Amino acid sequence: MFKKTLSLFLSMVMLISLAAVQVHAVMPAVSKEDLKVGAVFIGPSDDGFTGAHYNGIEKMKEAVGLSDEQILYKFNVPENSECESAMRELVDKGCQIIFGNSWGYMNYMEELAEEYPDVVFSHCSGYKNNGVNFNNYFGRIYQARYLSGIAAGLKTTTNKIGYVGAWPDNAEVNGGINAFALGVQSVNPDAVVYVKFINSWGDPTLEKQTAEALLAIDCDVIAQHVDSSMPQVAAQEAGKFGCGYNTDMTAVAPDAHLTAPVWNWASVYTAEIEDLINGVWEPVNYFYGLKEDMVDISPLSKNVAEGTAEKIEEAREKIVSGEWDVFTGPIYNQDGEEVLKEGETLSDADITGTFMVELLIKGVKVE
Amino acid sequence: MSSRFHLYVSQRGEVSKAQEYTMRILALVAALIAGGVFLLLLGFNPFEIYATMLKGALSTEGMRQETVKLMIPLCLTSLGVTLAFKMRFWNIGAEGQICAGAIAASYFAYFHNHLPQGILLSVMAVAAIIAGGLWGMLPAYFKTRFDTNETLFTLMLNYIIGFFITYLREGPWRDPQGGFAATPRFLKQARLPLVNFPGVGNVHIGWIVMFVILIWVFFYLRYTKQGYELTVVGENINTARYAGMPVKKIIMRTMFLSAGICGLVGMLQVAGPDRQLTDAVANGRGFTAVSIAWLSRLSPIGIALVSFLFSVMEKGCSMMQTDFRIPASMSEILQGIILFCVLGGEFFINFRIGRTRKEA
Repeated sequence: MFKKTLSLFLSMVMLISLAAVQVHAVMPAVSKEDLKVGAVFIGPSDDGFTGAHYNGIEKMKEAVGLSDEQILYKFNVPENSECESAMRELVDKGCQIIFGNSWGYMNYMEELAEEYPDVVFSHCSGYKNNGVNFNNYFGRIYQARYLSGIAAGLKTTTNKIGYVGAWPDNAEVNGGINAFALGVQSVNPDAVVYVKFINSWGDPTLEKQTAEALLAIDCDVIAQHVDSSMPQVAAQEAGKFGCGYNTDMTAVAPDAHLTAPVWNWASVYTAEIEDLINGVWEPVNYFYGLKEDMVDISPLSKNVAEGTAEKIEEAREKIVSGEWDVFTGPIYNQDGEEVLKEGETLSDADITGTFMVELLIKGVKVE
Repeated sequence: MSSRFHLYVSQRGEVSKAQEYTMRILALVAALIAGGVFLLLLGFNPFEIYATMLKGALSTEGMRQETVKLMIPLCLTSLGVTLAFKMRFWNIGAEGQICAGAIAASYFAYFHNHLPQGILLSVMAVAAIIAGGLWGMLPAYFKTRFDTNETLFTLMLNYIIGFFITYLREGPWRDPQGGFAATPRFLKQARLPLVNFPGVGNVHIGWIVMFVILIWVFFYLRYTKQGYELTVVGENINTARYAGMPVKKIIMRTMFLSAGICGLVGMLQVAGPDRQLTDAVANGRGFTAVSIAWLSRLSPIGIALVSFLFSVMEKGCSMMQTDFRIPASMSEILQGIILFCVLGGEFFINFRIGRTRKEA
């Protein structure tokens, strides 16, 4: 009798623990040979933003040892139902994990994740996570922007720095501007960052015109959060300086370019794929930075001011060691109100969310 | 003595239906060959690629669903612009009329979503038709009142309404959650139901709307007084005037219908596949529809066929890109080559190029 009760008890324990495992939802391992990775990207493989993602996937492919046939790309996919169609096609072709690199894909991916619970949907730049098979990843590009701000702050002589921004009221764009301005102010408290938004992620003609307008109000360093290298070209033509974005733009503006914040998406792609192969993929959100080599600045060019390398190295060490991060108080908004107290640090949710949407710091002027 | 060849273009006389279709088939074959040469130059096997395109568009139920989803807006928009084109009113503004319909439908989806699904969707559809129609009547009014150029007028209106969607997304209709601007998702009751399309599977109800409008346009153009009137206005506006037709009214009415159908496309897109308002709701379909309408010679049945072929090509090209790792721009070039040949073929149906030998 006792034995029976015991076995009943034990089997119940087993059942419960099995159920518990299912709730925790670690995706089953996929063998390296069977793995198919889908990538749905907003731009073509050779533009700034998607180009960096493409390089990341290709590096991941080398690092993990996958073949070309195991990576299925979809480029130039707009942020409407076409992204869903593209992803359905990739599921149809047997992809076990699908990456999407644009904000507007988020809700489609969330609903697809529910429809296809065996497939991992990993979304870049969003905030949602369904706790099962849908997560998101992004990078602390603001850390790299802070470092490039140091180079700009040391270089300027007019103490006016121009910044060609993409969209206003956007957490990533504002975060970039604020971090850049904090970098500038860390070495040059008097410098002002003048921002002009172009209401687009990329538009070469408009980018150049906007940079020229900033140069015309006496800015002598032009930073950018837009896709093309035209702002750097404008700086070069005016005999001024600039910080690019996405790729090292020294080649297109050899006498102007200082350094550019760049992405290295390979780190997150490799981490997710290796986890999936090893059967330990979990729906966690990735927010890697300088420490994980997800973001960095391109090598300093010959144009940087003396002492730039040392100042940047100093800041980099503090960030990488975790001793300090960019958004540490005191931080003041444009009305001079303290929005972050001395010693306090912004949470990741604030950095990527509405807090940042509403914040431009003191020393930033929107033109 | 030197002799030179001179090329001249002359209009063909009567072209029989059989000749016409032979030319078309030849043009399609030429298009596939030209595309094939391009693919060969890139180092691909054209047969393999064409087979992949067909397979990618039609081989599985899932793929057929995606192809039909592409076809619904293309076919309907082409039918819409055809009404205006029959009247020789160059409506290049379908893109904007789709947006207008999408905005009106989204308004009800976001702010009146307490209504039951059937009523809400009907209200959204009617609102979209009216909004699209009114947006299209604007250039029609200026055309009849001030004789403005409708090609430019309709084209320019596209940009205005396109940016208006961006404004709504960035401002009043922005989803307050998250760090980036986007409109919220539609609730369940503002989404189109799925209906089984025999042999294809579940596709949003827009496919039925497509067939209904197709049949309606066919009968409207062929068997109604209004259809006759707009054709006469197109053939010769003075004849229409002498016959005592109310020309201005006909132009306004026809543009309302033309743009109204395009507006309905906007509603079907936001409530069907998109399930939210995006600035890519039209995404060039308004312009593709112009090519489709012309290739079909403004015949509704032709439009159904050509828009189906366009959808197969688009879906096929997407599959080809992925399977062969062909850059997106290359697949766009291939589509361009095919279109160029097919459209070029239309020229040869009407004209011939001859050579004369001139003594100098």
